[in-house]
Amino acid sequence: MVKSFSVLVLLLGIGAMFAALLLGYVPDSELNQTARYYADKTASETGAANIVAAIVVTYRGLDTLGEVTVLFLSAAIVGLVLASGHQQGKMRHAQPPSGELLVIGVRLLVPLILLLGVYVFINGHLTPGGGFQGGAILASAMLLLLLGDPLRTFSHKLIAIVESISGLVFVGMGILGIFYAGGFLDNRVLPLGTLGEVFSAGAIPIIYSFVGLKVGAEFSSMLANLSGTEEL
Amino acid sequence: MSNLFIPMTVLLCASMIVAGLMSIWSKRSLPIVMLSSGLVSLLASVQYLLLAAPDVAMTEAAIGSGLTTFLFFFVLSRVRGGANG
Repeated sequence: MVKSFSVLVLLLGIGAMFAALLLGYVPDSELNQTARYYADKTASETGAANIVAAIVVTYRGLDTLGEVTVLFLSAAIVGLVLASGHQQGKMRHAQPPSGELLVIGVRLLVPLILLLGVYVFINGHLTPGGGFQGGAILASAMLLLLLGDPLRTFSHKLIAIVESISGLVFVGMGILGIFYAGGFLDNRVLPLGTLGEVFSAGAIPIIYSFVGLKVGAEFSSMLANLSGTEEL
Repeated sequence: MSNLFIPMTVLLCASMIVAGLMSIWSKRSLPIVMLSSGLVSLLASVQYLLLAAPDVAMTEAAIGSGLTTFLFFFVLSRVRGGANG
């Protein structure tokens, strides 16, 4: 009784807080100073049609590097924690085979999903989406492969190589920016090109593509670790 | 657009709450729980799209409703396989 009453009081309190926020909300009539700067200057300074991509990769590129590092750390920790449950050889339980529908559907869908993921991060500077979204889409294709055939194993070596190279290229492009452009992760290392074309916006498409590969490889390594573990 | 915006938002939020309650209270089967928790993310991504944030909507749809739901199903199949074997 006391417990459910306190839960009710807590919910009412949270509701009151949100109601106060909502009732006191006045929509801005114009963009604030930072947003105004981005809206005005993004196209001329970075050549990217998607302002969000320009902010994520160039203006706030250091934050993105931090996010990728956090993701890398969590993938590494998942690998570390699950490594003790790894088993060599074929002591795995025989599992019931996946359904016919799932197996055929996986064969049809996985190439399409991979293609969509690559499209999303290659066009990150033109259309909504980018490295993180594309990487997650790539990883969901990997997960679909695992669902279709639970005994499938992925090459840890390949995943590690893809991830390391992507990280190196990301940081390398950033360091090139110090020497050949305005600073770390400046995208004007490469010519800006015409606004709206695939090969434009300087280093943004390259950096975003490698971020996509890195995120996809990190998620895939977590999944591969998860699937290679006996005790779950 | 502005005429439709408020009703759409109310409808989306109401269905999100219903889907969330379904995922908490459904005692019958785990797949329904997973699907309805994925539905919450999917509706949230539509809401982000209405609020003119397509990048956030894409992340929510790819990770919240795609990857997480798949991952739940994968783990469920692993757990069941382990219990049978």
